[in-house]
Amino acid sequence: MQMARLLEIRNIEKRFGGVSALADVSLGIERGEIYGLIGPNGAGKTTLFNVLTGLYVPDRGEFEFNGANLVGLKPNRVAECGIARTFQNIRLFGNMTAMENVMVGRHVRTQAGALGAILRTRHARQEEEAIRRRSRELLDYVGIGQYDDIVARNLPYGDQRRLEIARALATEPRLLALDEPAAGMNATETVQLRSLLERIRSDGVTVLLIEHDVKLVMGLCDRVAVLDYGKKIAEGEPALVRADPEVIRAYLGGALP
Amino acid sequence: MGSALGFKALRGHRAAPWLGLGFIVVALAILPFVLTSVGTAWVRITNLAILFALLSLGLNIVVGFAGLLDLGYIAFYAVGAYSYALLASPHFGLHLPFWVILPIGAAVACVFGIMLGAPTLKLRGDYLAIVTLGFGEIVRIFLNNLSQPINITNGPQGVTLIDPFRLGSLDFNRTDTVAGLVFSGPVKYYYFLLAVLLLAIGINLRLQNSRIGRAWVAIREDEVAAQSMGINTRNIKLLAFAMGASFGGIAGGIFAATQGFISPESFVFVESIMVLSMVVLGGMGNVWGVVLGAVLLSFVPEILRYTVEPVQKALFGRMLIEPEVIRMLLFGLALVLMMLYRPAGLWPSQRRKREFSDSDHL
Repeated sequence: MQMARLLEIRNIEKRFGGVSALADVSLGIERGEIYGLIGPNGAGKTTLFNVLTGLYVPDRGEFEFNGANLVGLKPNRVAECGIARTFQNIRLFGNMTAMENVMVGRHVRTQAGALGAILRTRHARQEEEAIRRRSRELLDYVGIGQYDDIVARNLPYGDQRRLEIARALATEPRLLALDEPAAGMNATETVQLRSLLERIRSDGVTVLLIEHDVKLVMGLCDRVAVLDYGKKIAEGEPALVRADPEVIRAYLGGALP
Repeated sequence: MGSALGFKALRGHRAAPWLGLGFIVVALAILPFVLTSVGTAWVRITNLAILFALLSLGLNIVVGFAGLLDLGYIAFYAVGAYSYALLASPHFGLHLPFWVILPIGAAVACVFGIMLGAPTLKLRGDYLAIVTLGFGEIVRIFLNNLSQPINITNGPQGVTLIDPFRLGSLDFNRTDTVAGLVFSGPVKYYYFLLAVLLLAIGINLRLQNSRIGRAWVAIREDEVAAQSMGINTRNIKLLAFAMGASFGGIAGGIFAATQGFISPESFVFVESIMVLSMVVLGGMGNVWGVVLGAVLLSFVPEILRYTVEPVQKALFGRMLIEPEVIRMLLFGLALVLMMLYRPAGLWPSQRRKREFSDSDHL
């Protein structure tokens, strides 16, 4: 029997009123790969993310992550199980510093409670020190260590995206789910992002990537799935998917002659 | 001139902060005696100011840290006060010592905090404010009507003859003279309240820069993102409600003991608004600002009460406007001016200041 995949999504369905945002979507992500999720606007990519991270409960279907069924769990439990995400429309804690943002990400892997904080127990102090140290490392890791003291909403756009990645990494995920991380980035920033994602993968974190930048997806991802109107229309290696007539139709509105 | 030079020399000196601290400690220690020489009433006023500072610190956890707008906070003060009154008065014939009742009062208030928090977890902003407002009124109306069929709260008449603090032979209602110093009841309560206040400030400060404190702020900033980062928003919000409420419970217990009499009238909606104003005026989220707000809003009305009449008599020969009217007038004016010129509060936290600074929002 082959080693189980990290994430197995089976027959997920999600409807909003009469609109079927996701219809019978199944896909599987292997450990250690960078998996791309592409598709035209409104194809259901972000909906799938929200189902996956517990923000939406699917109407049908299930997904198994690292051997455990996560359907119906609250987002915080999903994060605890090892899925961390970023948001399409950056959702940082705007008035907290970059450092504090990452420190919040450490919350789920630490325990100090109110009592520990009030009494400033030895354990609480050591933990706080460890949180600070790890957060600094992560800021350096994504390349914005010099901005630790800057309020998140005053950071340049590209750095906000990187800060979101650092915050997500702080939760020690097995799967990092990125919702359009390159959106709004210029060419240089996109190149940096690409090398960052490759580094994250080589450090043992599986990456799920929603992206519009087809060049980035094709160059970076090991495998790609294409969603269109809530259905998966193709899955496989980037080169094969790109040549798929169904995909071309979805993107260009008709088969090429 | 000489003293100015002296200060200059001190500035930057290593001992300077300690000297400053020593000065504050001495000032706080002799304050009640100075006030007594002006009039015992001022010691009582100071005590009330400290009580309000305690309430503000509790509400600061809920509103300032976690960003949950609570318009019924005085309910927890009421719960603490009635817990004390019922367990230490002839009403039920119970006379437990204060160091037993205060923790009970805090615990009961804590339970009430969770009772308010649990059903409102999904509410935000305006909606939460409306529910908390209703909660405050429900508690007050219950206190007003729980005299039938079984007389629990004694209804609008309130509870009288509440025990003062007693610790061995130390009775907080008696005046003792130690080494020539006269310790009246209010003076003793002053020292007790001061100790509790310092403790409350310490708790607030430590919570602020902790894992829990960051989680509260994260929830205030963006609840969805906070939850997606693994913060159990339900528990963390309930914790804020519970901790804020227990501050109110303790303050209520001390209030009942110092007054000797409580009735539902002490816990009306305007009191909730007053405490909220203290938090907002002082600077939401900043512990020192909140204390400053409480002290200012407690003292200014009292100072007005003592000055408005003589000033008007001297100017116009008779009293034209009642002190109470002037008080509300100035209070309103102060709030309007503050919202215009210092929207983040008199002494805001760094984070608040950023929030209100006009750099670009996303």
